Amino acid sequence: MKIKWVPCIKVERREEQSLLVRIVFRILAVILSFLFSAVIFAVSGIDPWYAYMLIFTRSFTYTGLTEIATKLIPILICTVGLTVAFKTGIWNIGAEGQLLLGAVGATWIALFVNIYEPLRLPVALMVGMVFGALWALIPILLKIKLNVNEIVSTLMMNYIASGIVDYLVYGPWRGAREWGFPYTDKFPATACFPIIPGTRIHWPTLLLGILSSITVYILLSKTTLGFEMRVCSQGKKVADYLGVPYSSRLIIAMVISGGLAGLAGVGEVCGVHRRLRYASSISSGYGYTAIIGAWLGGLNPIGSIPSTFLLAFLLTGRDIIQVSLGLPFATSNIFNGSILLSILIVEALGRYRVKVG
Amino acid sequence: MKEELLRMVKITKRFHNIIANDSIDFTLHRGEVHGLLGENGAGKSTLMNILYGLYKPDEGEIYVEGKRVYINSPKDAIRLGIGRVPQLPELVESLTVAENLAMLLPGLTADSGLDYVRGIAERYGISADFNALVHHLSLGEKHKVELIKGLVRGSKILILDEPTTMLSPREVDLLFNCISKIKEEGRGIIFVSHRIPEVLRIADRITILRRGRCVASIMRDEANEHELVRLMIGTDIDRYVVREKLELGEEILRVKDLYVLDDMGGEAVKGVSFYVRRGEIFGIAGVAGNGQKELIEAITGLRSVRRGRVLIKGEEVSSPGRFRLYGSHIPDERIGLGVLPSLTILDNIALTFYKNFSNKGFIKIDKLKSYAETLIEKYNVIVPNIEIPAGKLSGGNIARLILARELSLDKDLVIAVHPTFGLDIASTNRIRKLMLELRKKSAILLVSEDLEEILQLSDRIAVMYGGRFVDIIEASEADPERIGLMMSGVIGS
Repeated sequence: MKIKWVPCIKVERREEQSLLVRIVFRILAVILSFLFSAVIFAVSGIDPWYAYMLIFTRSFTYTGLTEIATKLIPILICTVGLTVAFKTGIWNIGAEGQLLLGAVGATWIALFVNIYEPLRLPVALMVGMVFGALWALIPILLKIKLNVNEIVSTLMMNYIASGIVDYLVYGPWRGAREWGFPYTDKFPATACFPIIPGTRIHWPTLLLGILSSITVYILLSKTTLGFEMRVCSQGKKVADYLGVPYSSRLIIAMVISGGLAGLAGVGEVCGVHRRLRYASSISSGYGYTAIIGAWLGGLNPIGSIPSTFLLAFLLTGRDIIQVSLGLPFATSNIFNGSILLSILIVEALGRYRVKVG
Repeated sequence: MKEELLRMVKITKRFHNIIANDSIDFTLHRGEVHGLLGENGAGKSTLMNILYGLYKPDEGEIYVEGKRVYINSPKDAIRLGIGRVPQLPELVESLTVAENLAMLLPGLTADSGLDYVRGIAERYGISADFNALVHHLSLGEKHKVELIKGLVRGSKILILDEPTTMLSPREVDLLFNCISKIKEEGRGIIFVSHRIPEVLRIADRITILRRGRCVASIMRDEANEHELVRLMIGTDIDRYVVREKLELGEEILRVKDLYVLDDMGGEAVKGVSFYVRRGEIFGIAGVAGNGQKELIEAITGLRSVRRGRVLIKGEEVSSPGRFRLYGSHIPDERIGLGVLPSLTILDNIALTFYKNFSNKGFIKIDKLKSYAETLIEKYNVIVPNIEIPAGKLSGGNIARLILARELSLDKDLVIAVHPTFGLDIASTNRIRKLMLELRKKSAILLVSEDLEEILQLSDRIAVMYGGRFVDIIEASEADPERIGLMMSGVIGS
């Protein structure tokens, strides 16, 4: 007698994910996460449909879009930088600190150095990048020379960086004209980026961000240096075996990564705030958000553009529900976090296929 | 007829549109060694993975001792008394041998379990250093530990997946003795292999798979070597590679009184001297763990030299970079060193010569791509698309990918370590012919535990045992039996 195979649900790993599958799953993730967040709104006593309408209608107005663009700038630049580090196999969790150091460097040039005025902004930009790069250089040297885990060291250096900024604005750099607030004085106009009138978009930085994502894309996929950096992601032994200079490639990757994060910091102080303020107001976790941006973008610098757009949209949405619906900061953060978590979960599930039979 | 232990009925398994197992029937009786013969990709591993619960069949039924079973995971398989000794060891590298074995027995620690485990190992005549860390062991030694694992679990049905690939002739004898003992106890053994002589030696019954189908299932007495080859590959092929003696060129590699330390600081290579000239293949025969690994690592610059010298074309090798100037290397660690699994196939092919395709720091992608495609074609690497991660390729294709890259480099020195390990007869022959061809341009250093391969290819043969060369023999004067005795340390230097 023949016994029929009992039907069961089978979960198998996909051999490969086509581009279509990847895109479909990402879209699916966003939809699913919105459904999930709807529950949170409902629990808070807000009609989810109304909340979403509000988020979408307000976000996709001219003002809303400019706000998204403003938030996108630092996240995009940090994301592109992190992509370089991650592709080289360095777990740089320190974009936040590198961004803050970039802001410190730019502030120093903007306020405290005598310089030929037309050069003030370009020099501030370069010094900010150098500060960010140097801040990133410390953990990578520790990794190479002493085998210190860079995840821990870059993370710890974020706290130090934030301490330095707070020390400066509460202490020696506190502005004389700021009524005792923890701000530096306002930057002179020569140290500020031009903005698109009526918005907060410091367009030169946005341009630099897009340029950097294209440049990094070319670097990683079309140059020998990028190739060698990707080989280094497989570890020192492999790099040595293939005759690829491991230490120097790691240093270069980290300098690029930190330099770009520094650039994001310059953009924030010279573009948005026009002064240095306490750390958590300069960057509301852009350096951490960028980690998500890099993975969401598939560690592809071009993919970073849509992924950081999504993140900037979420941050803007958070502000909207906070202001318009009077939801507490914590609730709107839950909204954001749950959306990102859903995306990551669906993303992971997308690696499997389900068959019934 | 003896009692039936296992019956697999009409097992079918598809991956995408490829059919890996096409309605295969397979049975195993108590006290039987059932040889499962087939080339790479014939479907042996898929069938065994289904039995071990790693895959679920699309169709088909499995009965253990007459009872219908559903095996959803290796845990189920182990509970049903199905044990498996994998081809490549699956041990926890950072633990000791004893700790790895103690994990199998709930409630035991490495110490209390040790006597029990040692008793079992002794009963079957297997020796192992129980206190050694697994990552210090050679592949052959790790394989022994896996075998002990299978025995400790007390499996009724033991799957041995290509068990002899990493063993010396003497170790194969020991393994076969062990198999006979297991058989006498009334257990059943599935002996998965593509090595016809060994299957003929040990199996009671032989099932031959080809392209996912079961082409024949015959008793040992009805089988002969020629018939099996025909069934296995579907056509008769020339098993022997024709080798001509070549005019020897200049000396390429010279190793002078070399001493090298292993990971634990012990002397792994103790005063080895030899040279290799252009136009010859110098074969190093020996069982894994006798210093070959350290010797090759010293030559390729991966491991520092304690004493003595390694000269390639008269120049000291101090780093892998310097080695790469003149040499190419086919490592035995195929995944992780030979192929970087998370990089694409294209990247992997380019690993050792991307600089040749560079123009002012930019890689000429189009040219590189078309060159990579020619290599893939030439070396018969089967890939769906060169932009997918190399880790997705099958073992045979990974081996061919490494060969394609390394052999196309046109270097003066080629070092090949187990180049045909795990490959089917057709690919093995191809590669051997290629190496003989390559000998016209280069000096070749071949390390293999496959004595047949060493004898077929080498012009001169060194036998390595305990970190020393026991002897260096001209191929024309080589006596396989004597070499086998040297490999197992019976004949010393």
